[in-house]
Amino acid sequence: MNGEEFVPLSLTPLLIGMFAAVACALPGNFLVLRKQALIGDAISHVVLPGIVVAFLITGTVSTWPMMIGAAVASIVAVGLIEAIRKLGRIEPGAAMGVTFTSMFAAGVLLLEQSDTSTVHLDVEHALYGNLESLIWLDAVGWQSLWDPVALAGLPNELIRMGLTLIVVTAFIWLFWRPLKLSTFDEGFARTLGMRTGVLGLALVIVAAVAAVAAFDAVGSIIVIAMFICPPAAARLMTNRLELQIVWSVVFALVAAILGYFTAGYGPMWLGAENAVSAAGMIATISGLILALAAFFGPCRKRTGAPVA
Amino acid sequence: MLWDALFLQLGYNATLVTIGACFLGVSAGVTGTFLFLRKRSLVSDAISHATLPGVALAFILMVSFGGEGRNLIGLLLGSAISAGFGLLCVSWLTRQTRLAEDAAIGAVLSVFFGFGIVLLTVIQSMSSGRQAGLEGFLLGSTAGMLWSDAIVIALGGAVTLAIVLAYRRPMGMVAFDPEFAASNGLNVGRIDLIIMGLAMAVTVVGLKIVGLILIVAMLIIPPVSARFWTDRTDRVTLIAGVTGGVSGYVGAALSAAAPAVPTGPIIVLVSFSIFAISLFFAPNRGVLAAVMRHLRFQRRVHMRQGLLALAQGQPIYEKLTMRLLTRAGLARADGVPTQDGRARAAKALRDEKRWEVVRADQTFEGAAALYDGLREIETVLTEDQIGEIDRRIGGPIGVPT
Repeated sequence: MNGEEFVPLSLTPLLIGMFAAVACALPGNFLVLRKQALIGDAISHVVLPGIVVAFLITGTVSTWPMMIGAAVASIVAVGLIEAIRKLGRIEPGAAMGVTFTSMFAAGVLLLEQSDTSTVHLDVEHALYGNLESLIWLDAVGWQSLWDPVALAGLPNELIRMGLTLIVVTAFIWLFWRPLKLSTFDEGFARTLGMRTGVLGLALVIVAAVAAVAAFDAVGSIIVIAMFICPPAAARLMTNRLELQIVWSVVFALVAAILGYFTAGYGPMWLGAENAVSAAGMIATISGLILALAAFFGPCRKRTGAPVA
Repeated sequence: MLWDALFLQLGYNATLVTIGACFLGVSAGVTGTFLFLRKRSLVSDAISHATLPGVALAFILMVSFGGEGRNLIGLLLGSAISAGFGLLCVSWLTRQTRLAEDAAIGAVLSVFFGFGIVLLTVIQSMSSGRQAGLEGFLLGSTAGMLWSDAIVIALGGAVTLAIVLAYRRPMGMVAFDPEFAASNGLNVGRIDLIIMGLAMAVTVVGLKIVGLILIVAMLIIPPVSARFWTDRTDRVTLIAGVTGGVSGYVGAALSAAAPAVPTGPIIVLVSFSIFAISLFFAPNRGVLAAVMRHLRFQRRVHMRQGLLALAQGQPIYEKLTMRLLTRAGLARADGVPTQDGRARAAKALRDEKRWEVVRADQTFEGAAALYDGLREIETVLTEDQIGEIDRRIGGPIGVPT
């Protein structure tokens, strides 16, 4: 594979996929440990109504209003879940189920009702994203990486995803100790004076930011997969949180790279002519990694659990 | 137009869809009840997403054997097999590894769905033109529903309903107290499997109408709404079935009346409105009832404190207390008690003293446990007991007889 073909066509989608995978896997570690893994699922569903409402208000498919709409929708969803849980004394799983399905249904309905036929906005796109189309047209080869003119033509998604990754990493790095403490022993963290409720909400919001940014580029299915599969697989590899984070990043990167190339080139090796969905393939590979970890991971069992 | 739709006057297809959706709603609501009571509602999310690769594989298989790729029974069979496999993965991951159930659910749903998407893109490239319709399984499509499809859905719904009715007692027992159920000789694992299997059946049957993303809503929302109205399992099941059926019927009718409106989302939103009504207006468990209960309690506390203040001749600064007293005719606006008010205040003060005696005396231990500062003493003790206490307290002191 030479640079003239690789850099314009594959480099940017690959990088976006990798950034998205890592940006979701990092907060995913904490969500999995806090047994809130399905928050990612809920957020990725409610992003749709947020985006549609933003489109209806502004009338254009521009990025920032949609990102804001999606972020607002995820905060509304988290608030609604909490409200239903507290007001109705409903268990969290069911409260979540009620909220995200209803909001998703509302999003679909709004989308079908509004005149979006002229713009690129549909449910399928929201689900599987469009990773393959994020190509870098101005590049001619590796040398373009040093060419400011060509660099100016980088897809916006790449820059946005990179920024999101930096924000997510900074959050986890800055709040490392409180996050770790409150995840493993919330009561103890509270006796030390930490505002665990605020911290938990901040974690969910950071996850939502990652989800929304990734959603824009790669669709919601990859978001859910990356929130859960790499951290879950990493959880089966080690007992230390630091190592778990490292493993999850490695797994996320492996899934993104392998998934992207299998989707792009796998069918051709098998004799078919068209590539398959990269987002779907990345999710599939992450599942395979999880399966391997579940069969062979050194820490896959519950320690101290009775052998059933 | 709407009335026509509600009374099935909009033609053959609309009628089929409406009746099918109603059947589906009833069986989803009834099945979902046990899932909800077992606190495993979101397992249905994993099940429903796991159907996608099965649908796609079934399509590929049927086409490669030269058959008609869109045969509904074949597709549903494929979806059932892959959903079953997904279910096995969830329970295996939860039991055999240290992962919690929510992580297992999320992993299974995203991976299976992702793989399904991969297969869908394979189908798109292998036989363009003939793949049309598989995307309909994502959000449901009722436009081209055939009589045979409706029969499949109705039969599937009826069979699920029959199984639920047959197993409702053991399933309810397992949902509430698995240990107790096990000690009664029930095979908890098998009953759980039946609950999950039923949820899977409903999901598979509902794929065609509401699609795999929204079928979860039909399994979760009606039971959650029903739970507000009653505390009895059989009634929750019944109400969930009825609300599920009503939302299916009304939703399908609405979408038939306005053809641009997709059926699945409308059914979900109708269902959500019923949920919202239940959340706010259900007696006892609803938000409104809770607010009323709180206000009533608040009024009782203020009334009691106000009466005690009147009895001891203390001024009342609290506005709500004053308002309650004047409205009941117990005090004038300037805080001076009326005749009635003086009598009630004296009674309140005496009751307070009576309670004091009761709580100090070991023989009244049972009654003393009920003391909360508001309870009328007459509801706890007999007249004779109160008389005995009054003898101990003695008459008013310093008041000429």
